[in-house]
Formats: sequence, C-alpha cells, structure tokens
Amino acid sequence: MFSSYQAAGSLFPELTRLQQQLEEFFQPAGVAGIRSLAYGAFPAVNVGSTPESVEVIAFAPGIDPKEIEITVDRGLLSLSGERRSDPSQGQQGGQTNTYAQERFTGRFRRVISLPEDADPGKVEAKFRDGVLHVTVAKKESSKPRQISVS
Amino acid sequence: MSDNTNVTRTNQTSNVTRTGQKENMPRAALAPAVDIAEGASGITLFADMPGVSKERLTIQVEGDNLTIEGQAQVDVPENIELLHSEVRSPYFRRSFTLSRDLDPAKIEATLRNGVLQLHIPKSEEARPKRIDVKVA
Repeated sequence: MFSSYQAAGSLFPELTRLQQQLEEFFQPAGVAGIRSLAYGAFPAVNVGSTPESVEVIAFAPGIDPKEIEITVDRGLLSLSGERRSDPSQGQQGGQTNTYAQERFTGRFRRVISLPEDADPGKVEAKFRDGVLHVTVAKKESSKPRQISVS
Repeated sequence: MSDNTNVTRTNQTSNVTRTGQKENMPRAALAPAVDIAEGASGITLFADMPGVSKERLTIQVEGDNLTIEGQAQVDVPENIELLHSEVRSPYFRRSFTLSRDLDPAKIEATLRNGVLQLHIPKSEEARPKRIDVKVA
C-alpha cells in the first residue's frame, strides 16, 4: 500500500484512491494466491488478462532495457535487474546538497505468479518510455471457443 | 482519454461521473517519485514518469510555481481486464515552489526511458562567488 507513487493534488483524488483501496480490500480482485503480489515494491506492476493473453505491465523508469532479465519458470514470471543512480547525478562538481531522494536505486527482483492457463512458451516483451510490457499467451486449450452443433 | 490508458484504470464509473465536471478539475493523479539535488550551478531534479512520452509531458512555470504533468500511455488490448494494479492512474502530477535565486527561464528538460531530468540554473547573481582578499 505504501507505493512509491502517492496521490497528488487536492483532497478529492486522495479520497478516490482511498475508496479504491477499501473496495479492493473487501473484494480482492482474483489473484490472492500464496504468492500474491506485494505492494510498494519496485517496479510497480499491473497485471491484466484478455481471452488470448496475460499482460504484465512493469513500470520501470530509468532502466536500460538490455539489463532487464525476464524468466519464466513453472508459472512464475520473474523480472530482475538493477537500477543504477543516474551517472549525471552527483557530478555537478563541488558541494552537492540533496533535498529529496525518493527514487529507487539498486537491484530489484519481482516474481509474478501467472494464471494456470498461461503458456510459458509464448512470452513477448517490449520496452518503451520506461514501461516493460510482457505478454504471455494463453494455452490454446483454455481459449474460449464456440462449438457448433452439427 | 484514449483506450490505451485503461491499463491503469480500475474504477470506470468514477470516470463517467467525472466527465460532467469542469475540464480543469483536478484528476486523480500520482505524485512521481523525485530526486532533487543542488549543486553550484543550480538544482537538478529527476522524476520517475514511466510510460510518459515527450508529447504527453508538460512542464509549466507560473510565477514561482513549477508543475510537471504527464500522462502514461501503454498499448494494451482493448478487452483487457485488470487482475492486479499498483499504478492506479495514468496521470502524474507534482508541483514545486521555486526560490527567487533560480532562473525559471533557463530550465532544461530531458526525458529518457521514462525519467524526466530538469536542470534549473541559478540566476547569475545568486551563484556562489569567491571574494578575493586583497592583502594591503
């Protein structure tokens, strides 16, 4: 719940967020397994599902896409890598005063438990503007299909 | 409000009720995490704004108020159903108050891999000066 992103602005967005959190507390949204996802970790992850695929969106700004390691092992998708502090940071010469240091630095690893019907053989990953988008296809057998009556 | 933003949207009804309100009403926004450091030449600010492209980013200075604002865009299939979400709004917004010794006209901004870097230089007269002591 203590995410690295907090609601900004007036009281109303804050209340809306509180309400969403309460709603979720009383109606857990499906993925409450033994490896259910923790809040507040880096990178923040959203997981969505469509009839064809499972979409994992990891918000990982400031990371070189080449350095992200993605593995799938028996229904667990793991994302790991390292976020280094920006090289231009602290290179201003002379004395530097730091006023805020909220951004994550260091090694990270997040493991996401994929739904049963995900196909670990078909994984695609894209990276754009600091967002890693992993698409895991669903198994053919679990896709909805229509059975015609002959 | 394109369909592409719905990966971070959970409560559809609240969006419907909000459309009737004024355009400039504050939308639910997230405050991006920032690093702020001050050196001799000015202040450097880093802000995490994942998914925000250059076109969807605005940096505004009004008086002594600096606001950074952006909208994340992620291309997802239209029929997506969210199972879990930690980022609940595609909007990022955060404001800062600039002190008088900074020169808002010379702010430099770069956006790379979802990280915004701002350099706000100090005005000439506010830079540290070395005063030579003359030996009489």
